[in-house]
Amino acid sequence: MANFLLELLSEEIPARMQAKARADLERLFVAQLSDAGLKAADIIVFSTPRRLALIAKDLPDQTEAVSEEAKGPPEGAPDQAVDGFCRKNGVTRDQLEVRDVKGRPTLFAVINKPGRATSDVLSEAIPAIIKAFPWPKSMRWGDASLSTESLRWVRPLSGIVAILGDNLVACEIDGVASGYETVGHRFHHDGVVTIGNAGDYAEKLRACHVLVDQAEREAIVRDGAAKAASGGGLELVADEGLVIENAGLTEWPVPLLGEFDPAFLDVPEEVIQLTARVNQKYFICRDKSGKLAPNFICTANIDASDGGKAIVAGNEKVLAARLSDAKFFWELDQKTPLEDHAKKLSNIVFHEKLGTVADKVERVAKLAEWLVSLEGNGFYQSSPGDTLHGEVSEAARLCKADLVTEMVGEFPDLQGLMGGYYAEKQGKSEAVANAIRDHYKPVGQGDQVPTDPVTVAVSLADKLDTLVGFFAIEQMPTGSKDPYALRRAAIAVIRLIEELNLRVSITAAIEQAFNIYMDVFVQRVSDISPEFKAFTESKSFEDPVSFRIIVDLVAPKGKNTGTEALSSLTTRLKLPPKGHEIIELAVGMAADPLKLADQILGFFADRLKVQQREAGVRHDLIDAVFALGGEDDLVRVLARVKALQAFVETPDGENLLAGYKRASNILKKEMKDSSAPAQAGAHLPHDTSDAPSGDGPLPTQGNKGLSYTPEKAEKALIDALDAAQPDVTAAIEAEEFEKAMTALANLRAPIDQFFEDVTVNDSDAEKREARLALLARFRAAVHQVADFSKIEG
Amino acid sequence: MTRSGAFAKASAKLVALAKKAIKLTDQKPLSFQQIILKLHDYWSDQGCSILQPYDMEMGAGTFHTATTLRALGPDPWNAAFVQPCRRPTDGRYGENPNRLQHYYQYQVILKPSPPDIQQLYLDSLTAIGIDPMLHDIRFVEDDWESPTLGAWGLGWEVWCDGMEVTQFTYFQQMGGFDCKPVAGELTYGLERLAMYIQGVDSIYDLDYNGNGVSYGDIFLDNEKQMSEWNFEVANTETLFDLFNKAVGECENCLEAKLPIPAYEQAIKASHVFNLLQARGVISVQERASYMGRVRDLAKGSCEAYMAKNGWAA
Repeated sequence: MANFLLELLSEEIPARMQAKARADLERLFVAQLSDAGLKAADIIVFSTPRRLALIAKDLPDQTEAVSEEAKGPPEGAPDQAVDGFCRKNGVTRDQLEVRDVKGRPTLFAVINKPGRATSDVLSEAIPAIIKAFPWPKSMRWGDASLSTESLRWVRPLSGIVAILGDNLVACEIDGVASGYETVGHRFHHDGVVTIGNAGDYAEKLRACHVLVDQAEREAIVRDGAAKAASGGGLELVADEGLVIENAGLTEWPVPLLGEFDPAFLDVPEEVIQLTARVNQKYFICRDKSGKLAPNFICTANIDASDGGKAIVAGNEKVLAARLSDAKFFWELDQKTPLEDHAKKLSNIVFHEKLGTVADKVERVAKLAEWLVSLEGNGFYQSSPGDTLHGEVSEAARLCKADLVTEMVGEFPDLQGLMGGYYAEKQGKSEAVANAIRDHYKPVGQGDQVPTDPVTVAVSLADKLDTLVGFFAIEQMPTGSKDPYALRRAAIAVIRLIEELNLRVSITAAIEQAFNIYMDVFVQRVSDISPEFKAFTESKSFEDPVSFRIIVDLVAPKGKNTGTEALSSLTTRLKLPPKGHEIIELAVGMAADPLKLADQILGFFADRLKVQQREAGVRHDLIDAVFALGGEDDLVRVLARVKALQAFVETPDGENLLAGYKRASNILKKEMKDSSAPAQAGAHLPHDTSDAPSGDGPLPTQGNKGLSYTPEKAEKALIDALDAAQPDVTAAIEAEEFEKAMTALANLRAPIDQFFEDVTVNDSDAEKREARLALLARFRAAVHQVADFSKIEG
Repeated sequence: MTRSGAFAKASAKLVALAKKAIKLTDQKPLSFQQIILKLHDYWSDQGCSILQPYDMEMGAGTFHTATTLRALGPDPWNAAFVQPCRRPTDGRYGENPNRLQHYYQYQVILKPSPPDIQQLYLDSLTAIGIDPMLHDIRFVEDDWESPTLGAWGLGWEVWCDGMEVTQFTYFQQMGGFDCKPVAGELTYGLERLAMYIQGVDSIYDLDYNGNGVSYGDIFLDNEKQMSEWNFEVANTETLFDLFNKAVGECENCLEAKLPIPAYEQAIKASHVFNLLQARGVISVQERASYMGRVRDLAKGSCEAYMAKNGWAA
């Protein structure tokens, strides 16, 4: 039994990679051992910035002898085959044994593997581990890198210590050979450190100012930082991430307390924190009252000869420089009101085909105003002139202004947050400041949905505007590519609507957003061309005005193409080039808004399916509800889907679905067989399976005109439909979907009985048509709830 | 001798140098120009060719052909030079003590990267008066990527008491090509280093020549005027035009199979793009497309350079 030490010395390993590297080293080592049939009593792994190390305790001196058998060709096989088998297994012909395999004499080789010295196993294992090491990023270096096949490591690998007991385990990889020698602290220790064995490794290095155990260094950072803070009468803002990072950056950590000018505390706390933590890896502190203190704690890697005075002074200078930059931005940005910052947005192109960011802001404002003035939106209600309307309008017009501020230029992560601060400083209402700050939310699945009405309106409008614009110019996501984060925008819209119970027709919102695009384009051209303005005002158009103007203006006339129409318009109205450009954009976007709404609604349906999967909502049921067509209120969609899911999983639901499918198949077949639709006083819904069939006039009271006496089961179905249909309709109108399901459930027995007793395809054409119409009525009744043909199973 | 042995020997050398440095720090710290001269001496002693700055506007020393183009191909190459860098968006009208739109980088390129490159670098710090027993010198992960050059490498930013004083990179790819062999690149921020060594709080207070001339005497007016031009005055239509012309000329050079002039036009386009950024006329969305165009030019030049030299990717 002996202990084994492995140290892989390298240039500085990134702190964030060390924890995984330790785990990987252990895992790969254990796997190599177990391949050889070896197992250590215990394994300890260490890391510092410059080394990865492992100690395996109580390894046997050699592996166990094993005897393996290999089955060869049958006896009497050609010599070539037998010789090949012998070669492969390293035995001679006379060592082969003959055994019976299912009545056939077969050659066997018995290979006795004597135990191997553990040291030999290790000298092969070490290079294998190094080659297989899964660094998140690795590199080539030095002379060997003339070939791209050269060894890769996280940073150049500079040495290997491998000692089993007291003996060197000899190995070499890419010119790096194992030895007893390592190095101590980069600055505290001079020359090599010779390691005797695993037992003295940590202690020898400690004497050379290297603490190999990261847990020990973490404790020093954690406790030392807390102590340094309390020494200054402060409380450390604990940050385990920083503890681990600083321990990963040092071999001999020394926490030191520094200070900065309290004048910097004017700068928002988030900015100071971001600067100190992210850029400098400093801890921050609070005073007794919980306020951010003008202090920080840095972690040095040396016991400096002056006790750290120069280091603290240097770090203070660095932080001061960074904070003075931040303070400069903070003060400079405030010299300009957000309204003026916002003006600069007209210099920033949002997308080359969608105008500037200023255009976007104008659209978001108009759309947000529309959203809050929607009647029955279930959440907020406003009309022009009231406070909410005014706040929405103001917040939307200022929400992107911080993009041109210095602070956001420097720290892009602070977009929104800074705008909120500046709005507050400028004396804007809390609602406006909050909306500016939070209108990007919700950003990810875990992010909270904002609830303040002003914020909600701006957030929703911002995302809808983006979706409509990029869909209109056909920049929708494909596969894994979603450069404009449209999926995220759609999910955010869904979450806002779902979690806040917002009642918005998506189609109407999309059409509105689209018309606003046109309005803003027209407005922009009118701003620069009085001729154009006069011209548009002279025309009388139906709503939506702008879209009609654009379409009308550039519609091909006679032999003219659209481009020619636009050119002649430009000449006629003496449009400046900029105006011509804007109209071109508008024309480029002027897709069919209804088709656009359909596309985007489909995109929402897909996102909804993905988003609801986790909640256990069936995607086929979402399809079934969307397939009705005209259903674009996501709150109602989800309520329907949830009621439907509960229903179809009951026996009533399952049977009704079976009856539905049977009825539907008969109808489909009939539609195919005869091109003339059945006529029996009832409207037979047109049928291609993907066409929505819920919005046609509902066939009702279909039995009134029957010229024959219906059979019993037929009559029962007619009666059941007569009874259920009004109930279903009323329940759906009241959005009581469970009730609608219960009403539908009453059709289950009659439809089953109908199929049992009644022949649809009667030789009497009149009966046949009446029964088909009845089935169509049944299907239509079911379709009031959902298109059951989309339901699986 | 094993590599760790070589390392230890180098460490011993460092400690000896450090002891010398302690004495040095008692003396008057080096002036800005002395720092450059010391670095020239030091890297000259290590066998580097000492080059002069490239005579074009560029955002970083890495753009110098001595770095970008010479990082390609199998030939050994060791060079050191000062490169003035222009970063229009970093201009602060001379009002910020730490930021400039025009500053100097000291650039060293060692190809293939020598095994003792870290130690060589640390010795260079000692040579300019930084005592590693008094200051906290650290190699902090900082992977380098230049989308405009189609290049990346792994390495660190070197911290001295929390201040980034050098970017240390092992080039892995340049212009989209694997570096064979890998070059080590050291980029010292000269003003920051000098502020550190001289203990001043403002760049403009740096002692430039050790004889009464400050950095501000030389550059303050330049910063004020250039900031104003970069942010407010530069005619954006002219700049857009210049950008397109540089793109066109680069393509012209590439067609004529002249990689070096082509690369110069790519550098020009890159700088004009930076000016347009400073003027705030390029949106986030457009930014990517402009950078893509510059990258294509730079990559095309690298590709042509490889082809001209007969090197396989």
